[in-house]
Amino acid sequence: MSRPSLVLGLLVALAIVIFVRRQNASRAEHVDVYYEDGSMLSLDNGAPGAEPLLALAREALRGAPPARS
Amino acid sequence: MEISSQVQAAVVLDAAGDVVGAAGIGADGGRSLAGTARELLDRAATIRPAAGESGVTQLEAATRAGSVFLVREGERVIAATTGRAPTVGLVFYDLKTCLRALAAEVPKSEPAKPKAKPKTPRERGAAAGKDEHESP
Repeated sequence: MSRPSLVLGLLVALAIVIFVRRQNASRAEHVDVYYEDGSMLSLDNGAPGAEPLLALAREALRGAPPARS
Repeated sequence: MEISSQVQAAVVLDAAGDVVGAAGIGADGGRSLAGTARELLDRAATIRPAAGESGVTQLEAATRAGSVFLVREGERVIAATTGRAPTVGLVFYDLKTCLRALAAEVPKSEPAKPKAKPKTPRERGAAAGKDEHESP
C-alpha cells in the first residue's frame, strides 16, 4: 500500500471516530417525557425546553448522592 | 422498598409532595430529591401545556453524570437516580412495580372490619323457624 493512500485511510478513520463520538456526546444528554395519552417527547440537549429540565436533573444528581453503607 | 441495583437512590412522594418512602438516600437528600422531582414534573408539564401536569406519566432526564427517572401512577410519584447509561426500560419497569406494590399494601394496612356479632340461641331458633315457614 502506498504512503498517500495509507495517510488518506487514517484521516478517513479519524473523521469517522470524531463523527461517532460527537453523535454519542450529543445524545448523552437528553430528556424523554412520556404522556398519559401514550405520546412521547424526546428533547436532545440544545432543544428548546431541554436545558431547564437537564439543569434540574443535574441538581437532583448532585443533591442525591448514593448512601454508602 | 426493593429496587434494582441500577437505581442509586429513590423516593416516593404522595399527592401533597411529601416523602412517604425512600431507599439509598438520607432524609435530607430524600427531601431535596423530592423537591427537584416536583419541579421537574412542573417544568415538563409546561413543554406541552395542553397535556397538563397530570398528563406526564414518565420522565427520563439523562446527563453525563447519570440519569433521573420519574414515574407517576395515580396520586403517587416515584423519583430515582441512576448512574450513566442505565437500562431505561428495566428502570421504568422496576419503578412502576414498586409503585404498584406500595398501592397494593395500602388496603392491607387499613383496619379490619369488625366481625358480625354471634347470634344468641334464641335468634338462631327464630331464624330456623322462619326458614321452615319459607320452605315448601
